[in-house]
Amino acid sequence: MTLDYILGHMNYWFFVILMMIGLYIVISYGNLVKKIVGLNIFQAAVFMLYISMGKITGGTAPIFPTDLQGKIQIDPNIVYTNPVPHVLILTAIVVGIATTSLGLALIVRIREQYDSIEEQEILDIDAATAHAENLAHGQAMGGRA
Amino acid sequence: MSAELQSVALSWQDQLPVLQIIIPFFAGPLIVLLGSRRLAWPMAFAASVAALVIAMMLLSRVIDGGFISYHMGGWAPPIGIEYRIDAANALVLVLIAAIAVVVLPFAKVSIAAEVPRRHHALFYAMFMLCFTGLMGVVITGDAFNVFVFLEISSLSTYVLVAKGASKDKRALTAAYDYLIMGTIGATFFVIGLGFLYMATGTLNMADLADRIALLGPNRTVQAGFAFIVIGMALKAAMFPLHHWLPNAYNYAPSAVTAFLAATATKAAVYVMLRFMFSVFQPEFVADSGVAAYIIGPLAVLAMFVASFIAVFQNNFKRMLAYSSIAQIGYMLLGISFFNHNGLTATMVHLFNHGITKAALFMAVGALVLRTGTTFYDRIAGMGRVMPFTGAAVVVAGLSLIGVPGTAGFISKWVLVQAAFDNGLWWMALAIMASSLLAVIYVWRVVEALYLKAPNPEAVHKEAPLMMIVPIWIMAGSTVWFGFDTSLTLGAAEMAATALLNGSSGLAEIATSAMQ
Repeated sequence: MTLDYILGHMNYWFFVILMMIGLYIVISYGNLVKKIVGLNIFQAAVFMLYISMGKITGGTAPIFPTDLQGKIQIDPNIVYTNPVPHVLILTAIVVGIATTSLGLALIVRIREQYDSIEEQEILDIDAATAHAENLAHGQAMGGRA
Repeated sequence: MSAELQSVALSWQDQLPVLQIIIPFFAGPLIVLLGSRRLAWPMAFAASVAALVIAMMLLSRVIDGGFISYHMGGWAPPIGIEYRIDAANALVLVLIAAIAVVVLPFAKVSIAAEVPRRHHALFYAMFMLCFTGLMGVVITGDAFNVFVFLEISSLSTYVLVAKGASKDKRALTAAYDYLIMGTIGATFFVIGLGFLYMATGTLNMADLADRIALLGPNRTVQAGFAFIVIGMALKAAMFPLHHWLPNAYNYAPSAVTAFLAATATKAAVYVMLRFMFSVFQPEFVADSGVAAYIIGPLAVLAMFVASFIAVFQNNFKRMLAYSSIAQIGYMLLGISFFNHNGLTATMVHLFNHGITKAALFMAVGALVLRTGTTFYDRIAGMGRVMPFTGAAVVVAGLSLIGVPGTAGFISKWVLVQAAFDNGLWWMALAIMASSLLAVIYVWRVVEALYLKAPNPEAVHKEAPLMMIVPIWIMAGSTVWFGFDTSLTLGAAEMAATALLNGSSGLAEIATSAMQ
């Protein structure tokens, strides 16, 4: 691995690191809002992956210049960057925003119902509810189940 | 010449593939714009009936082999987005549309009881979006389009699950967990697609297949394959990635659970099949060993562990959720056998389990309407006061076990044959053994429903006709498809042949709709 190789793939290193940071936050943090933040970092890393791969060395923006009559002038010597990944990632960004807003809306409702946004506290409340249900069920079934 | 041909107007029959998506897709926003509670349900129902009719017409055109290629906006693939229908996805389209048509009348009563009135119009709009997303995932021939439709269906699913919050606040945390897991799964899928695009420069599935075959062994493609399989396994709730499923199914409104259990994971299994066999060639997947060494063992684990957990549940609905994980194990086992019978078993079980679980979860909804919950002590003896619902549970339960004369038997029979085709006689024994676990968990429900005195706190009344008829359409069809297998097995075998042949290549202009 030469220095050129390492520096030349800078974007991809960032992609790997950011993706791992995002995923780690989602898994390890107990605060529901922080989980959403982690998810956002995770998704942003993927946006970066897509945008990086559209770049072609020496490529310019893929816009065909027109002359005064409005005719498209295509110069075969100009290298254009691939626009498709950018378009794809625009879609993915919209999906990401929808996911984030839905997640935050759910957190607001959870906060109203549980009075907490800490995963452990919510799990404890749920476990207590489930325990009470199971106890009631067991007694109703004559201590058999 | 071509310019002249391009301008020829398409007949309405050529437009069927896009109408399949557009009709439910526009029904959703239209329901919101009109904002009328009275009009919401009829519009949703009309749109799903239209979708079912179209899906049936599409299936009738591809059941004898071949495929339909539809070019979005007249842009030819691989540049444009292609909808491609063959026997494999036409069967899944019919399943999803049929479930929607049957579940909606049931939902009218069930949702009225479980969701606040002011949310009804929005609920049906979300239902339509979820339906559109699932149909879109199945119909499209463009890999990135799969992701877009997947997210449309997933996002609306999270909302639908959260709607159970008016009965039990745990629906909110279930929906949140599902959102986190589902988004990770979908993002893994996109990363996989990114790798494929890097290696091939295309997103059309048929074009991808051609170019991957030309590339030969390639680390980028292999990484993409891994990401796609894991992402879809999360969506399909493959054991041990099933963590989101029991809570989401348990706390969602009954009608939502009936719809999701019968369709959502099935669509994910279908996408997995499509990518493994049509995009990556069967040889590529066989070389990677994913089917034999990862999917196979996990499928067997799912069959036993999830069934075992189901046995010890004290709640009918939760038991069925765990049973669903086990049943997905059977479908994945079919894939892991990697032969014609195995894929037939996967396709036919996808269909048969869909109708079986729809019947059972709708029966759960009827019980919830009368008793409030589905704990075994609360539904005790309800089989006696609700004879039709109780009998439907028994019939669909038999299909879940795989008793001869029901649809469940057909899929297990083909699956056992597939095991013998590979010389894995002990695998056949494992399938039998896990079916015995199903006997136990189904028996526990039957025992609760019939062999106890009726719960005095419950409303002692049969469920309304709007519920009984959909439940019995589904329960009846589990028996019907247990005897008449020409539609299900026929389409499944055709699908398995098409899948095992790998990609059919980019559509020629001559065979396409743009003739």
